[in-house]
Amino acid sequence: MALPMLATDNWYDIRDLANLTNPLLDFVGDNISSELAYILGPLIGFIASFLIFVLPSQLYVGVYGERKLIGRIQSRLGPNRVGPFGLIQPIADAIKLMQKEALTPKLGDPIIMNLAPIIFVAPAVLLFAVIPFGPNMIVANVNVGLLYFLAVSSLPVLAAFMAGWGSNNKYSLFGAMRIVAMSISYEVPLVLALLGVALFTDSLSLQGMVLWQKEWDIWVGFLMPIAFVIYFICVSAELNRTPTDIAEAESEIVAGYLTEYSGMKWGLFYGMDIGYALAASAFAATVFLGGWSMFGLDKFIPPWLLLVVKTHLFYMLFIWTRGTLPRLRIDQLMAFAWKFMLPVALANLLLVATERMLWVDAFDSKQAMLYVFMIVNIAAAVGIVYVWARFLGYDPDSQPTKARLVKEAGGYVPVGREVR
Amino acid sequence: MTDTIKSEPFVLNIGPQHPSTHGVFRIKATVDGEKVIDAEMVMGYLHRSMEKLAEERTYVQNIPFTDRTDYLSSMSNNLGYCLAVEKLAGIDVPDRGNAIRVIMAEFQRLASHCMAVGAFTNDTGAWQTPVMWCFREREKILDLFEMTCGARLTCNYMRIGGVAFDLPASFVPAARKLVQTLPGFIDEMESLLVANEIFIVRTRGVGVLTPEMATNASLSGPMLRGSGIAWDLRKADSYCGYDKYDFEIPIGYRGDSYDRFLVRLEEMRQSVKIIKQALDGLPGGPHSTQVPLALRPPKGEAYARVEGPRGELGYYVVSDEGPSPHRFHIRPPSFINLSALKEMTVGGSVADAIVVLGSIDIVVGEIDR
Repeated sequence: MALPMLATDNWYDIRDLANLTNPLLDFVGDNISSELAYILGPLIGFIASFLIFVLPSQLYVGVYGERKLIGRIQSRLGPNRVGPFGLIQPIADAIKLMQKEALTPKLGDPIIMNLAPIIFVAPAVLLFAVIPFGPNMIVANVNVGLLYFLAVSSLPVLAAFMAGWGSNNKYSLFGAMRIVAMSISYEVPLVLALLGVALFTDSLSLQGMVLWQKEWDIWVGFLMPIAFVIYFICVSAELNRTPTDIAEAESEIVAGYLTEYSGMKWGLFYGMDIGYALAASAFAATVFLGGWSMFGLDKFIPPWLLLVVKTHLFYMLFIWTRGTLPRLRIDQLMAFAWKFMLPVALANLLLVATERMLWVDAFDSKQAMLYVFMIVNIAAAVGIVYVWARFLGYDPDSQPTKARLVKEAGGYVPVGREVR
Repeated sequence: MTDTIKSEPFVLNIGPQHPSTHGVFRIKATVDGEKVIDAEMVMGYLHRSMEKLAEERTYVQNIPFTDRTDYLSSMSNNLGYCLAVEKLAGIDVPDRGNAIRVIMAEFQRLASHCMAVGAFTNDTGAWQTPVMWCFREREKILDLFEMTCGARLTCNYMRIGGVAFDLPASFVPAARKLVQTLPGFIDEMESLLVANEIFIVRTRGVGVLTPEMATNASLSGPMLRGSGIAWDLRKADSYCGYDKYDFEIPIGYRGDSYDRFLVRLEEMRQSVKIIKQALDGLPGGPHSTQVPLALRPPKGEAYARVEGPRGELGYYVVSDEGPSPHRFHIRPPSFINLSALKEMTVGGSVADAIVVLGSIDIVVGEIDR
């Protein structure tokens, strides 16, 4: 596939940061002995990714931004003591965590328990390999990027289960069992929703999906609103975000599988939770929100900046739900996945497959057809969700939302017999 | 295959240190997977022997003790104790004293219900947002208490025969201003939670108390009213001139956790209504009758009860004509409301048990005294 070259190859052209790093890497490869190059190359990559993504995203959107925004939702100020506007707070937090003692309970299994954070961290880093930050800025342009992403993003469940098992704590075990049950259930509608996207864009490569969206000037999120919403719900379940954070449900099982963790071992889990959430957001921005393309704007604005901004805006949705919604119970979550999301995802797949067939066979006005599909699908999304919810017995008006009032004290007042 | 997979129940200690037990309270739950099959309450971690200590102190010296039983509603506790001693010694309270007592008790109910509603929503997993909103409003009420008596939490404001000090001049305008903004806050809470589908499925049908169960366990307060029983001591056994005020008793439908939540929200509205009337009709005159510090009530016994934020708060005082009570006993509403916990939690999941505990609205200082 010939990539449309948007940016020039000059190293100072910041519209494509690969211009900057590639000469450096080439220089290292040509002039320095191979053993050292294996160390220097990743180091350059690490520093570059740290400066572009980890520092601004993980520390400043993930930790500082989340705390600040949730603070505003809760009518507090959020961190404002360390540095101007509390900007040094995430760094202070990290230093504090490193100083704390990382305890291992006497009855826990130290090997499993200490291995869990490491297994938890690695996939979070690997996930970013397939996210295209620009036309050339992609670490591994795998043609099955979607499958790779789904496979790698299921790995942390293993680590969470190890953490829960190795801690030898009943609350940890509860958290571990819950996360395993939940991620198995939510993987199914998630994959079905993404299947529709792969079907329509005719690609399993994330770069291919971005280019498709760029070519047809439409975002998949608008074309398939059901898939987008299902993706958001499923991914927030897998990431343990409220309202589906039952694996770490603070008010019920203390901290779930993290109960016995402290110090930097806990810090790795916490930091990488944000890492996963950011990876999921970047994935959503890539698959559903046009990735680094933006209706031609990517010619002027650096594409990587567009993706980072979209990622952060999507991440705001997680923060928003976390700040406002209560938590579901595990059986309700399971029922929601199997009874509601799975049929809706299947209906969506049927709809998308039909449209895809019509679209491929059409000879002209393919672009106009996409816009018609978009309107049809948004209407269908509302319709399907409404009908299926009613079918399952959801009736918001049947429940009273105000207490009854009586004038005089007495005994039991049957419903409907109160005298105003 | 079915008989090869076996799981055995195990004991899960919910508490004494747990985010949702609201203090040092412990449920020894036997769980089968996520299902609770037995629950045993363990309490006494906060026992301070207040009822025995009170026998060594004078009647006036006991008032600060009552602050520290139910530390979220010290005004109501002061009131109950003072009413009991007044009944024992036959002391009358002037009208202004009574009106101030009503204002304070209702503000305390608002503050306490803010806490109850906030903590309950926190237990359902609404991550701190409602509880922070509630704290914001509660702070404003506590500011009024501070303005009046200098303390925010343990007020020690009521005295035998009235209240300790008259209201400061700035109190009535400040209270009026607050009372005008509070209904807006209650509406805000409603808009956030009452129609929230997640909140409804978490609390509807959870911890159902039938009217029979509620009366058999001698529950009181919002627990009892949530089950649809119209019982409020302010109307049934009026004190401090509550019969002069126009207000209604909110009751629930089925007696589940959601109903208790609705009842508390509505009670906050009714409290605002009472405070408005009390502020409008605030009489002049003295705020307290003169009572000797070394009070020696005649031989006898007295039981006085008030409708505290959590239910019937009773004080039983026996006098042997000495300077201190011969016997002093508190009927703590949280403790007695808690007796229905087992019936409500067994059969539900662990998550439900937490919601039920939150809907009872316990204060451990009062349970253990």
